[in-house]
Amino acid sequence: MAAKTVNHKAWWLVLPVVILVAFNAVIPLMAVVNYSVQETFGNNEFFFEGVRWFEQVMQSERFRDALGRQLLFTALVLAIQIPLGVAIALAMPRKGIGVSICLVLMAMPLLIPWNVVGAIWNIFALPDIGLLGRALNGMGFDYNYTRQPFAAWATLVAMDVWHWTSLVVLLAYAGLSAIPDAYYQAARIDGASRWAIFRHIQLPKMKHVLLIAVLLRFMDSFMIYTEVVVLTGGGPGNSTTLLSIDLVKLALGQFDLGPAAAMSLIYFLIILLLSWLFYTVMTKDEEK
Amino acid sequence: MARILLEQLRHSYRDNPRPEIDADWAVRNVELEWDDGGAYALLGPSGCGKTTLLNLISGLLKPTAGRIRFDDRDVTGLEPGGRNIAQVFQFPVVYDTMTVFDNLAFPLRNRGVPEAEVKRRVREIAVMLDLEATLDKRASGLTADGKQKISLGRGLVRSDVAAILFDEPLTVIDPHLKWRLRSKLKELHQRVGRTMIYVTHDQTEALTFADQVVVMTDGQVVQAGTPVELFERPRHTFVGYFIGSPGMNLLPCEVDAAGVARYAGIPIETANGGPVAAARTAAKKQLEIGVRPEFVQFSGTGVPVTIERVSDTGRYRVVHARHGEQAIKALVDEGTRVPEREGHVRFQPDRTQIYADGWIVE
Repeated sequence: MAAKTVNHKAWWLVLPVVILVAFNAVIPLMAVVNYSVQETFGNNEFFFEGVRWFEQVMQSERFRDALGRQLLFTALVLAIQIPLGVAIALAMPRKGIGVSICLVLMAMPLLIPWNVVGAIWNIFALPDIGLLGRALNGMGFDYNYTRQPFAAWATLVAMDVWHWTSLVVLLAYAGLSAIPDAYYQAARIDGASRWAIFRHIQLPKMKHVLLIAVLLRFMDSFMIYTEVVVLTGGGPGNSTTLLSIDLVKLALGQFDLGPAAAMSLIYFLIILLLSWLFYTVMTKDEEK
Repeated sequence: MARILLEQLRHSYRDNPRPEIDADWAVRNVELEWDDGGAYALLGPSGCGKTTLLNLISGLLKPTAGRIRFDDRDVTGLEPGGRNIAQVFQFPVVYDTMTVFDNLAFPLRNRGVPEAEVKRRVREIAVMLDLEATLDKRASGLTADGKQKISLGRGLVRSDVAAILFDEPLTVIDPHLKWRLRSKLKELHQRVGRTMIYVTHDQTEALTFADQVVVMTDGQVVQAGTPVELFERPRHTFVGYFIGSPGMNLLPCEVDAAGVARYAGIPIETANGGPVAAARTAAKKQLEIGVRPEFVQFSGTGVPVTIERVSDTGRYRVVHARHGEQAIKALVDEGTRVPEREGHVRFQPDRTQIYADGWIVE
C-alpha cells in the first residue's frame, strides 16, 4: 500500500476564507448567542441568565403578534408574486425587439435602492398630494394609509409586489427560454391544449427556477425592513410592525440586548426551518 | 392513412422572398407523390431543406406557396393537430413528470378517447415497443433510446395517424443501439403498415430504411428512387458523389457531333451517348462523365493513370489513381491485380453516364 501524501501546508491556502467567514458570520453570530443568555446593566458587566430571555420572548404577546403579521405578509406576497410572475413571464415575447424592452422594464424596480422604493410609495400614496392617494380619494374611496391599518397593509403588499414580482418574472422567463422548440412542436402534434402545455411542459421545466424564486422571495420578504420603515414606520399603531421592525425597536429603541439577541436567534431559526421545509416539499418528487 | 401529394411546394423563412433568387428559399418547387404505407427517406446534407420539408408536411410550418394533399383532402392550411400526423424529433421529447403510460396515453386523452380504449391501445403499443416493463416508471428516468421509443409510441397509439415523420431520430442514440432501433423501425413499418418518412443525412440509415429515397440538396429534390436506382443511375452529379463510398468519379468531357464523349481527347463509351446526347449537350456549359468507382476497371487500354495509393478496407480495396491533375478512384475486389505504378483504366459502358450542368443527359 502506498503511503498517503499529507501536506499540512495546504491549510494556509484555506486560511483567508476561514478568517473571512469567521469575521462576517461566525463571530457576530456567537456574539449574539453570548448576549442572549446574559443580562447587562451597562459598564460592561454581564450576568448569566440561562434561557430566561428565550422563555420571555416566546411567551410575549408582542413577539407572537409580530410573527403572525410577518407570516401573513410573507404568505400574501408569495401568493401574489409567484403566480403573477409566472403569468407575466408566459405573456412576454419570445423573440424580437420586444424581449429587450420587456427585460429592461422588468429589471427596473430591482435596480432602485430599497429605501428609495419606500420613499417613492410613501409619497405616491399620500392621500392629499400623492398620485395614488389623491386618485383613490377622488374616486370616492376613503383611503389613508397613515391612519387605516387595512390601507397600510394594502399599500405595503402593493409596494412589495411592484418591487419584487420582476425577480420571479426574470427567473421564470429564464426557465421558459430553456425549453427546446421540439417540446412545443411535439405538443402541437399530440393535440395538447394550452393548459396541458403549461401543466406538462412549461411548469415542470420551470420547477427548478421557481423553487429558487420561492426561496428567495420567502427569505427576503421574511426579513423585509427598509421599505416598511420608510413607508409606514410600523404603524398605524403596531399594525405593520413586522418581525424585523419589532426587533430593531427592542434592540436599539429599548436597548434590551438580551431579549433582542434571543429574538434574533429565534427569528433566524424560523427562517432556516421554513426554508428547509419549502425545499424539502418542493424537491420531494424528484427522489422517487 | 393516406397518400401524400406535394404540389409545387415552396418555402422561405424570409418575409419577402424574391422568386428568382434561389438563396431566398429553403425549399423550392418540390413535387412529390408518396403512396400509402410506404417507407420513404429524405436524404441530404445539413441545411439542404429536408427538415423544413418535413415540418411543412406535419404542419409545423405553413408553405409560402404550393399545396399539400392527403388523398384528395387539401391540408395546406391545417394545424398539425388536424392533420393526423405523428412526428419523432431529433432530440427525444418526453413529458418528464408523467409515467411512460401517461406519456403514451397523452395524445389519446387530448383527443377525448374513452379511458378503456386508451388502456387497450397503450398496452398494445407498449408490447410492440418492448416498453411494457417500464409503463409505471417516470419517463424522465429512461435512456435516450427508451425516450425515443416513447416519442415513436405517442405516434403509433393513434389509430388515425396518416403518416409518421422522423427527423434524424437516431442522432443522440449510442452507436450500438442505433442498429437495433433501426431494425425495430423497419419491423414496425412492416407490422403497422403506416406511411413513414425518415429524414437523415446518413446514407446508410436512408438506404437501409426506405423503399424509396428522396435526395435533396440546396432546397430542391434532385432524385427520388429506390436505393438501386440511386446507385446505378444517379440523375444528378450530387447524388453520384453524396451516395456511395467513395462517391462517383466526375471527369470533365466534350461531346462531339456524333454524341461520343471524349475525356482529354480519349473517346469514352457511355450508356447515354449518341445523337440525342449531342443535341442535348450543345448549349450546356459544363459537361462531365460520371462513373462510380465500382465500375472502373484496370485494363490494357483506356485512360492512362498513375497509381498513387491503395487503401485496403478488408473486404475490398480503394485505388487512388491520377491522370494528370484528375483523380480517378477505383474500387476493386481483394483478389484483383492492381498495376504497380502505371496502368490504364476503362469504364464499364452501361454504368457510365454523361452529365450536363449537373443533370444526366436523357
